[in-house]
Amino acid sequence: MTTITRPTKETRAPGTGPSRDLTRRGPGVLADRAFSLVSLGAGLLVLIILALILVTTTGQALPALREAGLDLIFGDRWIANDPDGDGPATPRFGALAMIYGTGVVSVIALLFAVPVSIGIALFLTEVAHRRVRGPVVTAIDLLAALPSVVFGLWGILVVGPALTKVYDRIFALVGDVPLLGSVFGQPVSTGRTFMTAGLILAIMITPIVTSLTREVFTTVPETEKHAVLALGATRWEMIKGAVFPHSFGGIVGAVMLGLGRAMGETIAVALTIGAAIQITPNVFASGEALPAVIVRQWGESGGTHRSALIGLGVVLFAITVTVNLLARVIVRRAEIRMKGAAA
Amino acid sequence: MSTVPPDLRRSALPVRRRLADRASTALIGLALVAAVVPLGLIVSYVVAKGGAVVSLEFLTAGIQSSPRRSGGGMGPAIVGTLLITGAASLMAIPLGVLGAVYLNEYGRQRPLARLIRTMADVMTGVPSIVMGLFVYVTWVVTVKAQTGFAAALALACLMLPVVIRSTEEILRLVPDELRQASLALGARRWRTTLAVVLPAALPGITSGALLAVARAAGETAPIIVTAGVANTVNWNLFAGGNTALPAQIYRNASSVFTTAQDRAWGAALTLVAIVLAFTVIARLISNRFAVRQG
Repeated sequence: MTTITRPTKETRAPGTGPSRDLTRRGPGVLADRAFSLVSLGAGLLVLIILALILVTTTGQALPALREAGLDLIFGDRWIANDPDGDGPATPRFGALAMIYGTGVVSVIALLFAVPVSIGIALFLTEVAHRRVRGPVVTAIDLLAALPSVVFGLWGILVVGPALTKVYDRIFALVGDVPLLGSVFGQPVSTGRTFMTAGLILAIMITPIVTSLTREVFTTVPETEKHAVLALGATRWEMIKGAVFPHSFGGIVGAVMLGLGRAMGETIAVALTIGAAIQITPNVFASGEALPAVIVRQWGESGGTHRSALIGLGVVLFAITVTVNLLARVIVRRAEIRMKGAAA
Repeated sequence: MSTVPPDLRRSALPVRRRLADRASTALIGLALVAAVVPLGLIVSYVVAKGGAVVSLEFLTAGIQSSPRRSGGGMGPAIVGTLLITGAASLMAIPLGVLGAVYLNEYGRQRPLARLIRTMADVMTGVPSIVMGLFVYVTWVVTVKAQTGFAAALALACLMLPVVIRSTEEILRLVPDELRQASLALGARRWRTTLAVVLPAALPGITSGALLAVARAAGETAPIIVTAGVANTVNWNLFAGGNTALPAQIYRNASSVFTTAQDRAWGAALTLVAIVLAFTVIARLISNRFAVRQG
């Protein structure tokens, strides 16, 4: 980067016109300073908002935290209001089932989205002809542009009902096998399950994971690829031997960013997961996720209940920010290593 | 004495290696299909089911409050979406561009600038529902009312980091010679930025900002938490509840009545049309920009 030195009075050749004031005084300097301060303020806004999110939401979650204690995170029962008014029933607020649901749904989403994304990224960087590349990229961009609520709508009204038959068949097939039988257990008839939510999420995070992975693949030096091919390797052997080792760190980062997306996705999951607060290994059962429960119960909440929902928001915020930061660190490390290898 | 030249034909490869190569190509093709087929299905469902519902009446009429009765439209939600997204853009785009100016023109590689860059990346990863909760506890609780403006604040918070990062990328592409030429003519830093750097980057900035607008227009969760409800058109962002297309899709999609579900499909088609319009305009602008750069 070049630094610009401003000509001063001494360096100016004599007789170059009357004195245009080029010194560091005067109103122009003030404007300069004001502008730099304003833009600095806009930049600082990012830090301020992030800090405010943490402070204010935690503050509003305190009443629930005081009432429920650490059960707010580790308790496995969530009873917002007592249905018949006289049960054992003080409200209970424990988020464990929702944290579990968020985890299960995100893992399912990654299991499907990561291989597909890597496949598409390989297609775009190693296989596709230049003319095919454009339309495919447009299609993936289109997938990224669709609002999440549209995915949710499609999931709840089309995919869920259609998949129940598939779930039934899988259950009939492996239902009696000990371990598989509990994972692929009795399906619920609505089709609103962990599996449906996970599949919809997988479609939704595929574009972001694809574009990040593709970026990583394009940094693999052409010379290395050509070297491997020249040794007689097939395309697949070239991908295994040159592309993958070079981009492992970057792929991990991309997957983590996809994970962050998946965990924070609200509406599509709220519509397709089914609203049953329970911890079960059965992926064909209904469940509940952190962001989904907030948006579902928000309208009917008040007092401690609302405070507890905000508490869930804090938990979600903490998890997603941690995952995102980790992902950035991994990506940066991978970048540094790649640059080192290239140099 | 002559050596036999190595056989370099494909058929000379061992069967296992050839099969592995074929299989990998097939799997890569399959991955492509696995992404394109759902896209085709979603788009065709939205167009087919929504197209049957959307009419001029649907686009302008008030919202049907009873899910089981037919009729009603999305007029208030369309107005709400445009107003809320517009207000959010008015807040987020200028601030985002200024933030990017700081990062690229002033901060560069200073520790503070690096921190802001990283945190802007982290902020793009903050779930939209959390942004909604944040605006609820800071704004809605303070003014004691759920309004369209609160929703606009939440969307602006979501757009801000996206605008900052996309604008910074574009500012980095502006050749340093332009800055030097302007400074050499005696223009101050702020004038150089406003009169030379930003105009040169304008198409790119616009395209990035439009993509951010398109994403914000489709956000649902913050609207549900902050905007309240409205069944008639509310032009006032600062008083009374408001609504938006995504919130209406969510409400109608979780209903068991087919009349409500039809309305959800209609609203979905309307929303997708709005979002795609922004996206396509952004692409057209950025394509022209790319040509000018080359």
